[in-house]
Amino acid sequence: MKIDRGEIGTAIRTMTESRFFMPSLIAAGFVLSLAVSQFELLDPYLQLIIMYVGINIILTASLNLVNGYMGEFSVGHAGFMAVGAYTASILTVSVFPGGATTLFFPAAVLAGGLVSALVGLVVAIPSFKTRGDYLAIVTLAFNMIVKSLIENLDAVGGPRGFLGMEKLTSLPWVFFWTVTSVWIIRNLVYSNFGRGVLSIREDEIASDLMSVNTRHVKLLVFVISSFFAGIAGALFAHLLQYINPRMFDILKSTDILIMVYLGGIGSIAGSIIGATTVTLLLEVLRPMGLWRMVLMPLLLVVLMIVRPRGIMGLRESCWFVPLRDVLAAKLRRALKETADVSS
Amino acid sequence: MSLLECRDLTHYFDGLCAVSDFHLSLEPGELVGIIGPNGAGKTTVFNLITGVYRATGGSIRFDGREITGLSPSEITSLGIARTFQNIRLFKELSVLDNVRVAHYASVRYNAVEALLQVGRYRAEEERVSNHTMELLAAFRLDNFADEPAKNLPYGMQRRLEMARALATQPRLLLLDEPAAGMNPNEILQLMDLIQWVRETFSVTILLIEHQMRLVMGICERIKVLDFGATIAEGLPGEIKNHPRVLEAYLGEEVSL
Repeated sequence: MKIDRGEIGTAIRTMTESRFFMPSLIAAGFVLSLAVSQFELLDPYLQLIIMYVGINIILTASLNLVNGYMGEFSVGHAGFMAVGAYTASILTVSVFPGGATTLFFPAAVLAGGLVSALVGLVVAIPSFKTRGDYLAIVTLAFNMIVKSLIENLDAVGGPRGFLGMEKLTSLPWVFFWTVTSVWIIRNLVYSNFGRGVLSIREDEIASDLMSVNTRHVKLLVFVISSFFAGIAGALFAHLLQYINPRMFDILKSTDILIMVYLGGIGSIAGSIIGATTVTLLLEVLRPMGLWRMVLMPLLLVVLMIVRPRGIMGLRESCWFVPLRDVLAAKLRRALKETADVSS
Repeated sequence: MSLLECRDLTHYFDGLCAVSDFHLSLEPGELVGIIGPNGAGKTTVFNLITGVYRATGGSIRFDGREITGLSPSEITSLGIARTFQNIRLFKELSVLDNVRVAHYASVRYNAVEALLQVGRYRAEEERVSNHTMELLAAFRLDNFADEPAKNLPYGMQRRLEMARALATQPRLLLLDEPAAGMNPNEILQLMDLIQWVRETFSVTILLIEHQMRLVMGICERIKVLDFGATIAEGLPGEIKNHPRVLEAYLGEEVSL
């Protein structure tokens, strides 16, 4: 039988343009993740790597919201992660009843996100006054404050770290939170507020003069971004079952920054690509030992020369653009072509 | 009642007086021009009205309401929109999004509805997109809706700025040198466009311009500024031969 390539292309397009496509894909993924963790279909090491990828996607997408979409330069994302990790860990270890931790785990993760979001609210306030380098210094200071604060809090182990968590983070949970964070961030980007975020990046004064309430938008962005950083921290803590303040230092923040800028600023597809590439590469290159710390920056230098805005840089995969926008654009293109032909 | 009322508006940049005792009263439906040599304080007046700067002294009332001290976004939501001397479009955003952004204040869904895509989200997004396409079609930009704004030729960027300003549904439109960088032919077209905008969207227009042809051709009243002070005010015919205006532009007359 002869296979018509064009027909397959059309079939795939019709399929992806159905509004049931993404929900069914996500449902299938969730069932798969459930099956894998239930029946040990993959070896534990591979599962661990996949979970790291998921957590890093959450971190990258949420940082991209501030750095890529809004055009600020936050360098303290690991600080929010630490807040989420410690909040959730304290809850599961010391607060929630011992026998039912699995039951309370979602609440602990959510609490980690919420406390982190509250802290994000505080960090958003300086962003009303400063931009660029100065805001970067504020977030850098925030990261250092969080780290030294935890180091000096003996109740949570200080510099020795905090342990005693059960391994509650599983593949389905990571899948659930990754999808949720990507979905929510994508919804934000393609809403009235999202357009406000983009316009702040392009020209803050013009944005204000086009009726965008820039303060509201900035608050919303910092709250959402830090919320998901906190969620990622909570998942991370219950995956590793041990956390210490040094895990959340400025180097961790830098790692997330690398994922954002490698994948591409202002792009959800870019965040996913960036987080996946860096996480997998670091694992694959593990035999190189210390040399991988040389290779990664080199890779980044090459990328900045070849594609200064990252792999996706300000472009988006049509999978993440709302269907009605995709279809409207397609219709406009078709109308234009017919107009060109007839004239 | 006048739509816009500036009284004793004064603004200092440290010690430098940019605008002093500026008075202006705009009736609904008027088309008024502000002219003056470079550095006369014209754009500063716009920045004071739109809330970019906070006036050192004086008051601004819009539609009977005191707007001195409000933030730019609040003032825009009340119905004052503007364009910029050196075009300030959102360069990387599409033509469509440039205009959609300007609907910000009129959108009736909250953050939760947006994040979960429930409630009024869908209907409102549809309304914004439709209204945007109508505006773009009216400004003959609908064929470029998906282009990044930076790719448009200069004249179209000027038109897009006007469309974007009108998307905020203003009652007063401030145009800051709309004819900058245009040739005589384009200026004629622009004059028609401004008249058309005024009638179609029933807006009051206040414009800053250097091109005398445009100002004399379409403005009903003209105000002349020099070094922050109002030196003349009146009908185009009166301004043309006003001795202080000639002095400001051409220098003092000397008898030889």
